[in-house]
Amino acid sequence: MSTKTYNPRTRLATSGARAATEAHLGRRPTGERVSGNLFYAFLLLMISLSMAGLAALIIDAFVEGFPRLGLELFTEPTAPFPEDSGFLNAIVGSLFVIGGVIALVVPLGVGAAIYLEEYADRERWWNRLIELNIQNLAAVPSIVYGILGLAFIVRGPLSLGFVVAAGSITLALLVLPTVILAAREAIRAVPPSIRQASLAVGATQWETIRHQVLPASIPGIATGVILAVGRAIGETAPLLLVGAATFVTFVPEGFFDRYTVLPVQIFNYFARAQQEYIILAAAGIIVMLVMLLAMNSFAIWLRNRYEQRW
Amino acid sequence: MVSRDTLTAADLARRDRPPQLQGKPRYGEKIIKAVLAVCAALSVATTVAIVVSLVGPALQFFQTVAPLDFLFGTRWSPSFVPESFGVLPLIAGTLSVVLWGLLAAIPLGLGAAIYLSEYAPDWVRKIVKPILEVLEGVPTVAFGFFAFSFITPLLQDHWPEFLGQGPNVFNAGAAGLAIGLLIVPIIASISHDAMSAVPQGLRNGAYALGASRARVSVRVVFPAALSGIVAAIVLGVSRAIGETMVVLMAAGNSPNLDITFTESIQAMTAYIGVTATGDIATGTIEYDTIFAVGLLLFVMTLAMNAISIRLVRKYRQVYE
Repeated sequence: MSTKTYNPRTRLATSGARAATEAHLGRRPTGERVSGNLFYAFLLLMISLSMAGLAALIIDAFVEGFPRLGLELFTEPTAPFPEDSGFLNAIVGSLFVIGGVIALVVPLGVGAAIYLEEYADRERWWNRLIELNIQNLAAVPSIVYGILGLAFIVRGPLSLGFVVAAGSITLALLVLPTVILAAREAIRAVPPSIRQASLAVGATQWETIRHQVLPASIPGIATGVILAVGRAIGETAPLLLVGAATFVTFVPEGFFDRYTVLPVQIFNYFARAQQEYIILAAAGIIVMLVMLLAMNSFAIWLRNRYEQRW
Repeated sequence: MVSRDTLTAADLARRDRPPQLQGKPRYGEKIIKAVLAVCAALSVATTVAIVVSLVGPALQFFQTVAPLDFLFGTRWSPSFVPESFGVLPLIAGTLSVVLWGLLAAIPLGLGAAIYLSEYAPDWVRKIVKPILEVLEGVPTVAFGFFAFSFITPLLQDHWPEFLGQGPNVFNAGAAGLAIGLLIVPIIASISHDAMSAVPQGLRNGAYALGASRARVSVRVVFPAALSGIVAAIVLGVSRAIGETMVVLMAAGNSPNLDITFTESIQAMTAYIGVTATGDIATGTIEYDTIFAVGLLLFVMTLAMNAISIRLVRKYRQVYE
């Protein structure tokens, strides 16, 4: 229900009532007018400050990083001196980690969403437990996932060591709740009449899902996945614990190589506290913002392009 | 149209059919359902794994350090002799940052939400909402950098003398303000949704009685959306408590028992981050501290989330 569109009759009645009252009482009391205007000014100030904060963040990164902006940021790996250093190894590391995240999160997240939307019986306690659990997982701080990764994936049961795969699995677990919630939303937007029609002509439940529900909800799912993956690209804290913080100068070539990622590399340069490295960190932030902006714009374009009205 | 609540695809599939229509048993369907159920159950396994990975080493830690000494001790120095494991300075550090963050984020976020829901013309809303969504996606490492390279110098240059000593290079205030900016979109978008859900009739009723727009916003819409607004703030708090990079980059690494703006502090998340990246051997007590502090962090955010879910459920006004 959209609350913004009230019907013409109500609108007429309210504006009429308002006009009549105003005509009867003349102008509003001065105090009320002043406080109303002050309140409006306050709101405008708040929204402009929020926007200005975002603008300042981006402009500050540009101003600080400007001296180092250039293509060698993309083509040079970490070198002994800041002047020769770029982000190549970190960018490739990020791409590997994110590739792993997508490979894990798409089947698992979509599978879980299909189960919860199409098969699960809400009355059963275990299905309610799964739902509540996903809600809670979405609120767990990212660094706690880092601890999980350190104890279960790098060491412990999986014992993968500080490699790309450990980073991928940790981040996949982190964004899985977001992907499930987004995919459920997309699946829920497919009207039940589509399912009923498919079942009515004799399709089984899985055939209905496979040939009707999934194709119709793919744009929504893709949007959700891209937004979640965007979050994973920027995640720094959990990866500090699962190996990305180590000093790596080479470009990883597989999922079982040691690695670093873009945001962690930015943090590492920043932490060296020399002016040259801080400039390099600022330039890295710009690279990352551009990558994210491109991804998010693509997600929004996808959403608008395939938005389907039933 | 048949509503989804009354007749789902699952219901249709489950419905008893006469024997001649039942056909052969479809094992493939059952296998698919089982595989999908395993995907969903994985989230529960994740939670169990988180709890196990935190509790195991934490228990080991509490064999050496009494839980009460940990929770109420006022000195945190795990790597210097004499060692001391009182977590209160880390909690105070986190609270300082969360406090300054909220002082910034509540007026900014709620102001933006009220403006968007009650005042803004459609074209402004269409521009501002996506910008807020983009802000939500900016990596926190960028906010940490911003706090260090922009907010701190700004505060140092314009610090009024009557407030005493100006901020350190690393200080809780700048980190708090950056975290505030970070959670503005969360607070603004969730409370905007809550305010938009307030039925138009309530506003119209108040307008009909001659109330001004400001009065309608503050006295009618705000109270009606209160549960959503409080949930938004609680969610913002839990996000602020769990934020790592901003405190790590801008607030420093010196445990501090005071609630402070200008001094350097160490937040719980920053301790975990800095210790885990340093060279520490597994099996030492220092290694186990990561898990003890992590467990405390996990419990705190879990409690915040439970409160927020409760609040929404309990005070949700059901209109129509």
